[in-house]
Amino acid sequence: MNNIFVYCEIEGGKVADVSLELLTKGRALADTLGCELEALALGHRLDGIEKQLAEYGADRVHVADCECLAPYRTLPHAAVVCGIFKEEQPQIALFGASSIGRDLGPRVSSALHSGLTADCTSLEIGPHTENKTGKVYENLLYQIRPAFGGNIIATIINPDHRPQMATVREGVMKKEKAAQPGKGIVVKVDPKKYVTDADLVVRIIDRQIEERKIDIKGSPVIVAGGYGMGSKENFALLHELAEVLGGEVGASRAAVDAGMADHARQIGQTGVTVRPKLYIACGISGQIQHTAGMDQSSMVISINTDPDAPINKIADYAIVGDVMEVVPKMIKYYKQNSK
Amino acid sequence: MMKKTLKIVVLAKQVPDTRNVGKDAMKADGTVNRAALPAIFNPEDLNALEQALVLKDMFPGSRVEILTMGPGRAAEIIREGMFRGADGGVLLSDRKFAGSDTLATSYALSRAAAKMNPDIIVAGRQAIDGDTAQVGPQVAQKMNLPQVTYAEEIVGVEGDELIVRRRLEHGVETVACRLPMVMTVNASAPECRPRHAKLVMKYKHAATPSECQLDEVNCYAGLRSERPYLNITEWNVSDVDADDSQLGLSGSPTKVKKIENVVFAAKEAKRLTASDQEIDTLMKELIASHTLG
Repeated sequence: MNNIFVYCEIEGGKVADVSLELLTKGRALADTLGCELEALALGHRLDGIEKQLAEYGADRVHVADCECLAPYRTLPHAAVVCGIFKEEQPQIALFGASSIGRDLGPRVSSALHSGLTADCTSLEIGPHTENKTGKVYENLLYQIRPAFGGNIIATIINPDHRPQMATVREGVMKKEKAAQPGKGIVVKVDPKKYVTDADLVVRIIDRQIEERKIDIKGSPVIVAGGYGMGSKENFALLHELAEVLGGEVGASRAAVDAGMADHARQIGQTGVTVRPKLYIACGISGQIQHTAGMDQSSMVISINTDPDAPINKIADYAIVGDVMEVVPKMIKYYKQNSK
Repeated sequence: MMKKTLKIVVLAKQVPDTRNVGKDAMKADGTVNRAALPAIFNPEDLNALEQALVLKDMFPGSRVEILTMGPGRAAEIIREGMFRGADGGVLLSDRKFAGSDTLATSYALSRAAAKMNPDIIVAGRQAIDGDTAQVGPQVAQKMNLPQVTYAEEIVGVEGDELIVRRRLEHGVETVACRLPMVMTVNASAPECRPRHAKLVMKYKHAATPSECQLDEVNCYAGLRSERPYLNITEWNVSDVDADDSQLGLSGSPTKVKKIENVVFAAKEAKRLTASDQEIDTLMKELIASHTLG
C-alpha cells in the first residue's frame, strides 16, 4: 500500500519512452522512500507486458486487458485508474505529459480531489513545515516546474491529498533499465468492474498515428533557430548547416509561434527536451522556457547579435554576430576542415 | 437528433502576455510584476471561440457566451469576444477565488457553467500563464461530461453526435461524441475571426455592474435599460452556490512551496567574433574534439 504508481502508455504492445522514463524516476523515488513501484498497463492484448515494465523497476503491474481500453479513450481509462487508485491508495502517481497523460491526469485528479502538477522538470522527496500551523510533513514529493512562461521555477507540494500527482514530458527524465529488475508481479484487473456503458460515449471513428518524422531528440547535433532568425526563408540556412553537420533543426517557441518552423521542432518547456552533443543556438535569446529543453546539451554554441543575450550565460562559445553571416562561414570551414 | 439551436459556453481566461516578457516583468523581490505585462485574451481560448462561432454558423440561432473567472478587468475579454461574434458573457469574480489552483478554479467554473446550462462547453487547450491544460478536463469531470481534448476541427454532425478531429502528438484522431460535452481546442485549429465593426459599434458600451459603478465608465443607464444585451452578467460565489471550502487557497490541494527567480548558471562563455579566422578555428576544434564528425 501507499506505493508509487506510474501510468504506462502502450501502443501496439510497446511501452512509450515517456512511461519508461517515469518508471526509471519512479524506481529512484521508491528506493528513497523505501516503498514499491507499481505500473498501470491498460489496453488490449497485453500478454507479457510486465516483462518490459519489470526491466525498468516495476514491482507490481496492474494489467487491465479489454478491447474497450485500446486505443486510448479518456473515460474508460479514467474509470479504471480511479478504481485502482481508490483501492491501492498510492502516495505518488506519475503520468507522461503527453497527449494521453495531459488528458487523463486532470480527469483523475479532479475525480479523486487530488492535486496535479503539470510538466514537472524535476521530482524530489523532501520535508515541509506549514508556516501557519507549524505542522511538519515528511517525505513529500517536490514537484518542480517552470511557471509563468518559464520566468520562475516553482516547487509545488500536495501536503494533504493523495495521490500526489505529476506529469513529466518525454525526454525530461532519463530512461535507464533498473540495476536490479523489479519483481514484475502481474495483478489482473477486471475492467468491467469499473467501466460503465456511459464511459463508452466517445467513439473513435478514425485514427492515423504517424511515426514522428522529425527526430530532433535522437540527433547528436541540433541547429536551433529563434525569433531572431526573422523569417522562414532564413531558417533554410539552418537546415543547410544541419545537413552538413549531420544534425537536425530545432526551434524556440517564439519561432514556432511566428510560423518560421514546424511545431515538431519546438524545443523547450512546451516542446521537446534534448541533450545533443552539440547545440547551436541561432538568434535565440535564451529564455528559461527554451533553455529548460536544451541546457543539458554537452556543448552549446550561441550566435547572437546581442552580446548580453541570456543564452550566452549557458553557452560554451558565444559568437557575437549575425547568423546570416556566421552560419555560411561555419558551413564553409567545416567542409574545408573535415576532409 | 441534435437540437436545432445550441447553447454554447466558451471558457476563456485573461492572461498576462508571458510571451513578451520585458526586463521589468519581475520585481526586485522575485515576484511577478503583473502590472508590467499586457493582459490578453488567452490565445487558445480565441481558437476555442472560433470553434464556438463555427458551431453557431452551423446551427443558426445558437447562442455563444463567454465564461471567465478573474478580477473586474477580465470583463475586457468578454467584450472582445462579443466584438468577434459572441452574444454575451459571464464574469465570475470574487475575492474568495484568490489563490485557487486548477482544481479549485475548475470547481468554480463548473458551478457557473452548470448554471448556464450549456449544450457544449468549448475551451482553449491551455493558458499561456500556466500551460497546465488541466481546467478543461477537470471542468468536464466535475460536470460529469465527456471530454474531447485537442480539437482542431468540427468535421460535422451525424445524428445526435458531433464529429471532431483531434490533433495528437503522434497523429490525428477523429471521434464522435454526443452532447453535452466539453471540447478543448488546440492552437493548430483555425484562428479566430477578427472583430467585426458592426459588433464593435453594437457592444462597445457593454459592461458589468461593477464597471458601471466606476466613475470613469459612462454607464449609459438609459441605453442600458433599452438594450439589455449591453449588460454583462457578473456572478460571485453565492450566485453560483459554491462551497467555500473548495475555493481559493484552502480549496486547492496543491501549494506553492517555493518560487525561484530564474538565475542562469554563471559559466564563462568563450567569446568569439564572426571573423573568418575565429570560425575556422572553432570548426577545427569541434572536429578535433570529435564533437562533430
